[in-house]
This record gives sequence, structure tokens and C-alpha cells, in this order.
Amino acid sequence: MAGLTKVVDGRSHDMGLHNEQLSGRTMQVFFDTTDEENYTYAWSHDVDFNKRAEIDMQDMTPTEVNIKIRELLEAGNGTIVIKNPSSRHSIGVGILNKLNLIFEGSLGYFGCGLIDGPNVRVTGRVGWSCGENMMAGTIVVEKNAGSTFGAAIRGGDLVCKGSVGSRTGIDQKGGSIIVGGDTSALTGFMMQRGRMVFCGNAGKNLGDSMYDGTIYVGGDIASLGVDAVPAELTAQDKAWLTRKLTQYDLMPENGVDHFTKIVAGKTLWNYDNLEPHEKKIVL
Amino acid sequence: MCGIAGLIHRGKTSNIGSEMTDMLQALKHRGPDSTGFAIYGKPPSAENEFVMRFKVAESEDLAKGSNISETIIKRRKKVNKRMKERGATIISEDDATEYAYRYTFTFDGNDADLEGMTRYIEELEGAEILSMGRGLELIKDLGDAGVVANQYGLQGFQGTHALGHTRMATESDVDIRSAHPYWAFPYNDISVVHNGQITNYWIMRRQMEYKGHRFMSNCDSELLAVYTADKLNDGYTLEDSLRQSIEEIDGVFTYCVATKDSLGMAKDTMAAKPMVLYETDDLVILASEEGAIRAMIPHEIDTYDPYDEEVRVWQA
Repeated sequence: MAGLTKVVDGRSHDMGLHNEQLSGRTMQVFFDTTDEENYTYAWSHDVDFNKRAEIDMQDMTPTEVNIKIRELLEAGNGTIVIKNPSSRHSIGVGILNKLNLIFEGSLGYFGCGLIDGPNVRVTGRVGWSCGENMMAGTIVVEKNAGSTFGAAIRGGDLVCKGSVGSRTGIDQKGGSIIVGGDTSALTGFMMQRGRMVFCGNAGKNLGDSMYDGTIYVGGDIASLGVDAVPAELTAQDKAWLTRKLTQYDLMPENGVDHFTKIVAGKTLWNYDNLEPHEKKIVL
Repeated sequence: MCGIAGLIHRGKTSNIGSEMTDMLQALKHRGPDSTGFAIYGKPPSAENEFVMRFKVAESEDLAKGSNISETIIKRRKKVNKRMKERGATIISEDDATEYAYRYTFTFDGNDADLEGMTRYIEELEGAEILSMGRGLELIKDLGDAGVVANQYGLQGFQGTHALGHTRMATESDVDIRSAHPYWAFPYNDISVVHNGQITNYWIMRRQMEYKGHRFMSNCDSELLAVYTADKLNDGYTLEDSLRQSIEEIDGVFTYCVATKDSLGMAKDTMAAKPMVLYETDDLVILASEEGAIRAMIPHEIDTYDPYDEEVRVWQA
């Protein structure tokens, strides 16, 4: 049976970012945080965060805005403000660059999906699938979010200061989803890795069929999904919760001791099964 | 995919024709095949006065031959004749299109007599009553919201509440009969728009047909209108009917229902179909996407997604 992938020691471990007890066959590759190349793409632009540009998308299509963002990045702008997004879909997607991106207003579906690196702030609300497949960076939404918030994210912090819809973090593969309010049904469905925090209540079937990862809930849980089980909230969990919730100004007045921790029971999936190619080797 | 929308002004009337047109135009990308409106105007002052929307052909029939126009005229004359035979007095006749009309009429019979007259009219080839009631007017046709609103002169229509639908045809034809909203014959003033699939449609439909209800299409959304009418007829409140539907109807669905003086919504247990809600003291707007709400209210607003099994009802 294959062992776990080697975890490279580094700054991120000193900060406590990678302290989960890996079990079974879960594979995880941690970047060496001292290696700058791991944080940039070959085609990334060197930007100056003090160089600021504004886009008023009142009379622009989402495609035109996404192209304009790339042009501004190419010109070295490290801070871009988008005015009047007016809840339109697919804005700010696929940005693989360092960038401070600020939306003054609300986004529709798929806002800031597939991003790797930028720090995004949305002053309004977001529709379905905000931050889907994001790999790194942060997205902070000041109001509510729709369903499938952070579907399949692989890294970074995805924050909603209001409440989120159903199937939040479905298929999450890493990173953190942090919510100041409530979440609806089937949150964390088939979650594979990473962490979710909800300061409010959680709907039905929380963590249904989750493979791995951790969910923290500050309020009531309507029901747990298949193979989702409560676990002890350790000092390490509390320290991480305190740090993250403080960072995003979401720390509850009564602290974090009351949070319920949910993990995978790992009875639904057989982690000791061999992969087909491994079976051939054994045979 | 389909897009649904609803709005209700509380304690006042507004230009709901234009408002709903703007909302549906913003949802055009969710379904370009047909557009439908269920708009609720001010009920007539006389208790025996009704408004009826009906058609005697489909829009595509117009391309079927040179004598179709004559056929349409003949069918309309037969409708008028049958209405008079059953005791209705036509007050006004508006030609919304060459094949769809809006009549107001007085009728002194009871509900059964009115039902009998509608069935008598629909025996005519091509004739279908789209809506009949004291507040509800149902307009649906092929094309986007702007096209349909222009065709039927909906700009400036004053009323309290409305439903709208943009349809992407998936399981039934691209025609007026399969377009939403649906109403529930013969229960006046109940209309429904729906986004989703109902998986126990045929079982539920047979139960309804066994109780004597009529279905005009094979579209699963019509079931929700008939179901609601059946429940209200059995003494349920609209809220109870919506809650019961989540228990009894299988599938993934989000739907809005309107009666002569209220608007309601229900979301199924999976919460798999979208709905965004904006609510103030005097206005409630619902839509599949926030973009439709923003088409009516351009500035930044606070909205939220109703959760699974959530039911809401608002009075005009």
C-alpha cells in the first residue's frame, strides 16, 4: 500500500496551516513556501499594488470586463476596482495573478471562479458558485451568497460574512470556507479536504458522504449526512478558528468553545482498497 | 433551465406589465423559447363581471395556409355564439393578436354553469381558454419578453402582482400550450410558474384526474397549478398547500403560485433550483437570478436565497 506523500517542512507548517492528521490513502502535496516559483505562473505579470485602476462595467459585458482586467494586469495595475457589476455572471474568473480586486456591488453566478492568487473583496452579494475551483488567494463577500459557494475549491480562503445557500463547499478539495451566518442543506457534500466554518446554523445532511476534511459549526445542525460524525474540538482547532475568525472580523462574542466539529467517519468509503494498478503489482 | 419571476406590491397597484417585462427580459438567457405572464389587475366592480383570455390557434398555424385567417375568424364567431348561448354578455373584445383575444363579460350563472360554458367553448377546434377570472390575465406566446409584451400591449398594465416565466423547452413542445404560466381550470385566478422536474407527475396527475380535474398539457408544471387549486378547494390555506406539496410531490422544484390577492413560493427538499428573494414592507420580488430583480431595482439591494423546504406567502 502506498504511503502518504512526503510533506515538505516549511513556513506554512510553522504557522499551523497543515496540522491535520492525514489518514488512509489521502494524498496531499504541499508546496515549499520558501520557493517563490510555486506562487507564480510563467505568464504572470509583475504588478504594483499601489497602481490602481477602475472599471465601470455599466455598459460592458462580462467578457469585456474580464478582458479589461487582463489588460490592466499586463499594464502593471495591482489594484483594480470594478464598479456597477450589477449581479452579472462570470465576472473576475480565471485570474492567475497577484491582484487586489474589489467589486463595488453584487455578482451573479460563477463570480471569481477558477482563480489562483488574487485577493478579492465583494461589497455586495454573490450568486451561485462563487469561487468555484479557486486554487489560492482570498475572496471576501460582505453580504449573502447563493448555493454551491466554493464548490470544489482547492485552496485559499473563501469568506462570506452573511449566510450561504445549499451545497456549500460541495466536493471541496482544500482551502477554507468561512461563513459568518447560516448554511443550507447538503453543505460539504462529498467534501474531500480542507475546512469549513459556519458561525450560524447548518441545514440538513451536513457533510453527507464526506471523504475527509473538517467542518466547524457554531450554531445548530439540522442533521448530519451519511458518514459525517462529531469529533472532539481540540485546542489546535480552537486556535485555528480563533485566528481565522479574528482575521476576517467574524469572531463571535462568546468565543469558539461552543463550536461543533464534524469529520468523516470513513465507514462509507474503504480507504484501504488498492488502486487497480496496485492490485496488478500485488498479484 | 427556465427562469421564473414573481412580484407583489403590498397595499398599492403599479405598472406590473412593464416591471415583469423588464424582469423576464433579464432572464432571457435561461429560456428563449417562449415567455409567459400571469398578471393580476384590479378586479371589476361588478360581482358578475369576468375577464377571459383565449386563443383559437397557435402562432405557427398562421404559416399553414392561405385560408387560416378565415378559419380563425370563423372559430372566433363560434366562441361568441357559444358564450351567448350559455348566457354570457360580452362587454368588450380586444384583439391581442390575430389568434388570441381578451374579453370581458358578465355572467349570472353559478360556478358550475361557468365551468360548463368554458368546456363548451373548448370543444371548438383550436380554442383554448388561457385564463378566466376576476383578476388574473394570462398571456403567453413564443419569443422573448419584449416581443410578447409588445404583441399583447402589456406596457402600462396596472395591477398588484404578477408571475412570469421564460421557457427553455426540454420535455414538451415549443408552443403556447406548453408555455408557462399555467392556471387551474376551473378555479379562477390561480396561476403557477415552476422551475424543475416533477418525478411523480403521472401518479399525481392520475390522482387529480380521478378527482375530476382537467389537464390541458403534458407539462409537469401544470400539475402544480391543479394541485394548488385542489388543495385550496379542500379548505387548505395557500401556505398549507405549499408545505404539503413539498411532502407529496417528488422531484427538484422551485415554484411560485399566485391567487387573486396573494403570492407564494416553495422550494423542494433538495434546494436544487435557484430563487433569489428581495423583500421590503411594500414590495416583494422573486426571481431565478438576482439580475432580474436588479432589472427592476437598479441600485444595490440586500437579497437572499430561500433555503430548502422554505415556504413563503405574501398578501397584496
